[in-house]
Amino acid sequence: MPLEIITQEQEQGAQPGAKKVPNAAKPEPQAVHQDVAAPPVASKDSGPPKRSESFVFGIPQNGLTSKQREVPVDEPPPLARNADLRYIGKPTARYDGPAKAMGKGKYTADVQLPGMLYARMVDASVPHGRIVSIDTAAAEKLPGVRAVYVVQHTYGLAELRDPKQETPSRYPLIRYAGQPIAGIAAVSPQIADDAAKLIKVQYDPMPFVVDRTEARAADAPAVFPGPADAAGSAGGGGGPKGVPQVGNVHGPQRKQTGDPAAGFAAADVVVESEYFTQVQTHSALETHGFVVDWKPDEVTVYASTQGTSSVRNDMADVFKLPKSQVRVITEFMGGGFGAKFGIGNEGAVAANLSRMTNAPVKLMLDRRQEHIVSNRPDSHQKLKIGAKRDGTLTAIELTSYGTAGVGTGAGTAGPATNLYTCPNLLTEEYDVFTNAGPGAAFRAPGHPQGCFAFEQAIDELAVKLAMDPIALRDKIDENQARRVERQLIVERTNWRNRRPAGSDAGPIKRGMGVAQSVWYRFVSMNSSCEVRVSRDGSVELMSAVQDLGTGTKTMLAIVVAEEFGIPPGQVVIRIGDTRFPVGPDSGGSVTAGSITPAVRNAAYQAKQQLFAAVAPQLGTTPDNLHLAEGRVLFKNDPSRSYTLKQITGKLPTDEISARATRGPEYAKEKLTYGGVDYVELAVDTETGRVHVEKVFGAHDCGRPINPTGVISQINGGILQGISYALFEQRIMDRKTGYMLNANLDNYKILGAREVPEIEIELVENYIAQSSTDAAGIGESAGIITLAAAIGNAFFNATGVRMRSIPMTPANVLAALGKVPGQPGQEVQA
Amino acid sequence: MNKFAYVDCKTVDETLAQLGPDATIKAGGIDLLDLMKDGIVAPPKLVNIRNVSSLRGITAAPDGLRIGPLSTLTEISVHPEVQLRYAALSDAAGHAATPQVRNMATLGGNIMQRPRCWYFRSTDFDCKKKGGTSQDCHAHEGENQYHAVINNGTCAMVHPSSTAVPLLAMNAEVELTSKRGKRTVPMSGFYVPPEKSLINETVVQPGEIITSIFVPAPEPGTRSAYQKYGEKESFDWPLADAGVVLVMAGQHCRQARVVLGVAAPTPMRATAAEAVLTGKTIDEATARAAAKAAMQEATPLSQNGYKTQLFQTAIYRTVLLAAGQMQRDPSAIG
Repeated sequence: MPLEIITQEQEQGAQPGAKKVPNAAKPEPQAVHQDVAAPPVASKDSGPPKRSESFVFGIPQNGLTSKQREVPVDEPPPLARNADLRYIGKPTARYDGPAKAMGKGKYTADVQLPGMLYARMVDASVPHGRIVSIDTAAAEKLPGVRAVYVVQHTYGLAELRDPKQETPSRYPLIRYAGQPIAGIAAVSPQIADDAAKLIKVQYDPMPFVVDRTEARAADAPAVFPGPADAAGSAGGGGGPKGVPQVGNVHGPQRKQTGDPAAGFAAADVVVESEYFTQVQTHSALETHGFVVDWKPDEVTVYASTQGTSSVRNDMADVFKLPKSQVRVITEFMGGGFGAKFGIGNEGAVAANLSRMTNAPVKLMLDRRQEHIVSNRPDSHQKLKIGAKRDGTLTAIELTSYGTAGVGTGAGTAGPATNLYTCPNLLTEEYDVFTNAGPGAAFRAPGHPQGCFAFEQAIDELAVKLAMDPIALRDKIDENQARRVERQLIVERTNWRNRRPAGSDAGPIKRGMGVAQSVWYRFVSMNSSCEVRVSRDGSVELMSAVQDLGTGTKTMLAIVVAEEFGIPPGQVVIRIGDTRFPVGPDSGGSVTAGSITPAVRNAAYQAKQQLFAAVAPQLGTTPDNLHLAEGRVLFKNDPSRSYTLKQITGKLPTDEISARATRGPEYAKEKLTYGGVDYVELAVDTETGRVHVEKVFGAHDCGRPINPTGVISQINGGILQGISYALFEQRIMDRKTGYMLNANLDNYKILGAREVPEIEIELVENYIAQSSTDAAGIGESAGIITLAAAIGNAFFNATGVRMRSIPMTPANVLAALGKVPGQPGQEVQA
Repeated sequence: MNKFAYVDCKTVDETLAQLGPDATIKAGGIDLLDLMKDGIVAPPKLVNIRNVSSLRGITAAPDGLRIGPLSTLTEISVHPEVQLRYAALSDAAGHAATPQVRNMATLGGNIMQRPRCWYFRSTDFDCKKKGGTSQDCHAHEGENQYHAVINNGTCAMVHPSSTAVPLLAMNAEVELTSKRGKRTVPMSGFYVPPEKSLINETVVQPGEIITSIFVPAPEPGTRSAYQKYGEKESFDWPLADAGVVLVMAGQHCRQARVVLGVAAPTPMRATAAEAVLTGKTIDEATARAAAKAAMQEATPLSQNGYKTQLFQTAIYRTVLLAAGQMQRDPSAIG
């Protein structure tokens, strides 16, 4: 069930992290939200004048066709297919790569301002309890300490539907170890650290639970005294609101189509299975952090954020500031993966400290705090799939429980709901509250968990049907791009040499497997930019949109370059600053699909202005001019041409500029993206080590603007997916409620030795929806599929199905029956 | 991190003059700085010995190998004589941590590391090792997947030193110097198991400094190897490891020493495995039998039973590697 195109809601909640995008894991059909700030809405009856254009359409491998669309008259003519373009679709090195490699890129943690103070967050040392008192006197007296701010409200947690169920208190109730309590600003980080140790907090401890299974018990300590709901962020996440809640069990969110019981009755074969996934923390290299410079006329916020707009909106809401007095800057960004929207507790504390001290304040979380501030929820999933002999699906049932700690958003039904055609579907998703840090959007929320279970269950079905897993997917998957992607895998990998499960005799067993992903076309209408052309021929693009390391700057330079016929390196890109036109928050793979049409439209309009301004001096009309290869050419006289600089030199003013905003999609079509990933691996059955040796990924994301950037993101997604499948897990101490591995030596992340050979094939998919047809790739980039593909390859290697991740020696040896006292999984040949 | 005084020494005598109850020796600073940053130790005074040149250098003599304690793991791993005659030591030094760490970490510091145990290494927990009041070892009823499987009844920590394993297998000796003079301690008596002392892991006393590590020359026919296994190959703490020294006559094993690093709280000889190997022809079956014998005394905790399988793999594969019957294992760390 693909979703309808949506736009971000303009209205903000009163708190940071207010929900802006519906839960991406389980999109709900809904009408298009209209953005109050957007230009008049296009429709058949109203809106800007339009013209009809013929767009290239489809997938090259299937033969391209054309599609007629009505487009606003101020938009440029349709782009040709990538093969016929000059810069778009051509591999381009990262625009800011040298600056990053040479350490010249200024990240938030690098920002130094005159008189800047250093802040330290003090957090709770109990997992559940009331704060009786906070004594800050000794900390305040320490020389060099300039301010101590005690947190009044903690953001990011679920909130009680009926706040009266809890006795009001001077301090927020502590519901997880690591919950922010206070911030200290001092003249040096060392003094701030020392002062943190002097803050005395007295707690009245309460019973707690950090384990999902234990939390489901009827007599488990209650994380909340009554029903509670959590908001998502601009990156998604957050669970359903208003669902039943019994004890810590919040839900179900129940969705049904057709008649599942009848579907199972009609099935020839039924697969039933259970899967478990762990909590993964975001572990971005740059921790969450802000530098806030609070001045009476303007508050400047340097933020490590995925959304400059989300930070500005939160600042305005929380501190009752006009948005015109908040400036947010994100020049370089060290990773977010979904966890960095809005100001969060650390931004709010930094801003309060800056206001109190009249000085800029830097607050970066430390690594321990970074591990606790957000995570991908875990899951326990029960799946039942019914099918006919020929593979046709008759029914799918999924029940999932997951803990997002003190938050919600552990649903996993995205893949089961949206990958394949099935008339009868029942999904029930439960959140289980525990006294642990809140879940947050994390690269394809819900999907890696859901895919690990569902795509292995589909392989289980293939085994039962004695069908090739790819042939089964050809039967049940209607998506045309994935069909091409599966074909690429069959042609380009060892798939045709795939052997029966468990074919190797020795301790090292090799196998191969595939898994598929689906993601949704989200578009944010908060996507504006300005293109300036100066008399000296320089071209400049400005937007508040941020580059969180994905290559947004490079992509935008390419789009402008294509329009002006100049190399991308000649386009100056200025982004990540809310003084520029508003940009989309980067979550849910929205950025490329949202901002590039606005950028192309602005570039086109600036070019039209330029032609209009200079045509009379050239003795021609604007429509006789066009730009290519850095020259202005005359359509009616190929012998006449000028350099761009010669032409801009004729401008009557120093500068012209055009501003454009993302318009509505050309057609309201339900669109998804996806990918198919193939894994070859070796299982060392005596050490429990899984060696991923080769990954071949075939992925689609509309029209790729910069294949280098797209492939780079897929590489990253594949590595993050392997890391999730094999290594990463948050380990909580059940007796004390502390996270035991809140560091980067015992929270294990894949390293250089674990990187396989990776080959990526991009499948162009022209959808005729905007002036660029671009789409993001952040989610559907391997992070979703790899655990499932590794699981399927593991089965092919060993005949044993891995039902839980991470596939550490402990879990693998147990599944193989190599651990005394643990029975292992059944071996299937 | 606490505030501390910092003294830079150039000679052993200067160092000894600086040592006192409040002083802590800093060589490469790898483990010490981690412990200080995590608040586990707070030494008032650091005595930097990194510039004591007499503590550097590797000397290969007919009677054995003298290694200055400031020799870095990199220096040891690339030393031709070490690679040729003391292969297990070269393996252990060359596969520890990361290249950056190996360039800084010293042999003395490597064997003086504090234990790996997340209850020990977090200020969130008071444990008896840190002088806390907790009566129980947190690992016993807690999260113990990485903990010891042998002799774990008092404290289930493991000692992470890779190099200690071959040094013990090669009967190395540690020279300790204090104002009172020098003494030599065999590696077999260097570590103190938790049942003897929960606070000290080694016999090194306050005021003492390691001034040399001596590895006796191997008998003719000696072959050795070291391998360790973790959850990943790049930069991981070992879950199982084995150092094997075999004195061979053809395929016949005259003498075997098998040492396990992270099986027990301190590195240990697996005498049961040695007994299986001694006097036998080394082949896969013998190696596996030795591995099995080594784990007979294991008493796994609730979550670390898998380590007994992992140790068996580490032992049999390292025996075969030492015997020249197997390549270095791609599943091993580093």
